[in-house]
Amino acid sequence: MLIGKSPKIPTSEITSETTYLNRRKFIGQSAALIAGSGLLSSAQAGLQPDDEITPEDIVTQFNNFYEFGTDKSDPFENAHAMTTDPWTVNVSGEAKKTGDFAFEDIIKGMTAEERIYRFRCVEAWSMVVPWMGIPLKKILEQFEPTGNAKYVEFKTLVRPDEMPGQSSFFSSIDWPYTEGLRMDEAYNPLSIMVTGLFGKELPNQNGAPWRLMVPWKYGFKSVKSIVSIRFVEKEPLNTWQQLQASEYGFYANVNPAVSHPRWSQASERRLPSTLFNTNRRPTLPFNGYAEEVAHLYKGMDLKKFF
Amino acid sequence: MVMVKRRPNSTLKFTLAVFAGAPFAWLVYLISLEIAQPTSGLGPDPAEGLLHYLGEWSMIMLLVAFSVTPVRRIFKQPLLARSRRMMGLFAFAYVFLHLLAYIVLYVELSMQQLLEDFVERTYITAGIAAFFGLLAMAITSTKGWRRRLGQNWLRLHKVIYLVVPLALLHLIWLRKDGFADITLYILWFVILLGERAYQVRKSRQAATV
Ligand code: HEM
Repeated sequence: MLIGKSPKIPTSEITSETTYLNRRKFIGQSAALIAGSGLLSSAQAGLQPDDEITPEDIVTQFNNFYEFGTDKSDPFENAHAMTTDPWTVNVSGEAKKTGDFAFEDIIKGMTAEERIYRFRCVEAWSMVVPWMGIPLKKILEQFEPTGNAKYVEFKTLVRPDEMPGQSSFFSSIDWPYTEGLRMDEAYNPLSIMVTGLFGKELPNQNGAPWRLMVPWKYGFKSVKSIVSIRFVEKEPLNTWQQLQASEYGFYANVNPAVSHPRWSQASERRLPSTLFNTNRRPTLPFNGYAEEVAHLYKGMDLKKFF
Repeated sequence: MVMVKRRPNSTLKFTLAVFAGAPFAWLVYLISLEIAQPTSGLGPDPAEGLLHYLGEWSMIMLLVAFSVTPVRRIFKQPLLARSRRMMGLFAFAYVFLHLLAYIVLYVELSMQQLLEDFVERTYITAGIAAFFGLLAMAITSTKGWRRRLGQNWLRLHKVIYLVVPLALLHLIWLRKDGFADITLYILWFVILLGERAYQVRKSRQAATV
């Protein structure tokens, strides 16, 4: 079953409302969850007993997607203007199969699995989100990257007439929004390409038709509405590093021990946060996914490679 | 009601107070929504919602207060002078609430976190410096202090020429992208400075003639 584009599958066919209610109740109890939704145990292992799924209206109406404006509500208000069909993805660089591909063809025959991940923004707030996605490894391998492919770079759509943030005179971002991963990070089982959310098509404001999700890194790494995949030998320069290299690095692993010049990263507000209960909790190394990913950074000084 | 005397001065002052107080009234309304149903009034992250709302109005009210004298001079409205103190106090009130939101929702009363922010985060250093400048002005804004300080009162209140740039720096340093409002604030500030420079030159010329 493919979640993402046409044909439109009614939500009820993907995950019934009751499954969701149950899931919320059982969250953290791996046996029940795996039986109920076929969630990967690697994704499951990271969930904490008190991780509650963030309400859908918050996940879809509180977004950072500067292509549509810098307010958290701008993407929800403006992103409907983005055309996502047809959607072409350019694949280039160190791979055997390169060129322009229709999005549908890339994911043909692949099944989107549900993954419930914690999502940690560098601005010190977090959510718990039920994504539907395809392992990134599965997607990238079909392009047969060569031995020279040490990194993979992703780019977001540039279409100023549909994206008010891109046409704004007051933005200093050099579009397209660019992000990258080391190949071994990209091939980690936690890394997915998201095509759905809450058992439905991925909404535009969340990065339709597909976006990256690497849950142990700050949210800005998980680039949205991807139109370009490039395999490269050298570490790509990601957008935020390009804007402020002293504040944003390439790795951006969630790390409470490395403080950011704007925000202490020691703790986070789990949304929904309210006036009387900010729902603050300590931030976990690698956003709680250390078991799955810490080995990728063995021997690296994470204070230096932030 | 407040408007017992219908002198033009009090009407003007009252109107200004209504305008300056409106964003606060709106905030009270949002908070009442929030109390009735969490996340409805201030969004899913009130710490950010409140800080940005109050921060934006702090900046605007600061510039409004800084505009009172130039507007009085340009539009020949001498009565405006009597509203200057009130507008300054409004600006201070918004900054104070902004700081309060920061203390309660952002660092959550952690003195250690506040100190870390003050030392390590330059935008916070600038913000707090601006706040103390305004605090000194607010405390000494009474008739009694004005009398006691004499000539020094004017000198002390020149600190506004530091407070506004510090507030602007605070904003420039913390903003990541989307500089429309900041551009407007800077332009506004530069125009006000220009008017003052013009006044100084005029009075110097008058003195030498
Ligand atoms: C004259 C005084 C001040 C003015 C005019 C001011 C203005 C602002 C404005 C406009 C924003 C919103 C920025 C945005 O929308 O991107 C803001 C945010 C903020 N301000 Fe202030 N501020 C002042 C003083 C302070 C003080 C004293 C503190 C704390 C010690 C403070 C802490 C903050 C914080 C933590 C944020 C939010 C940062 C974030 O988005 O994470 N400000 N301020």
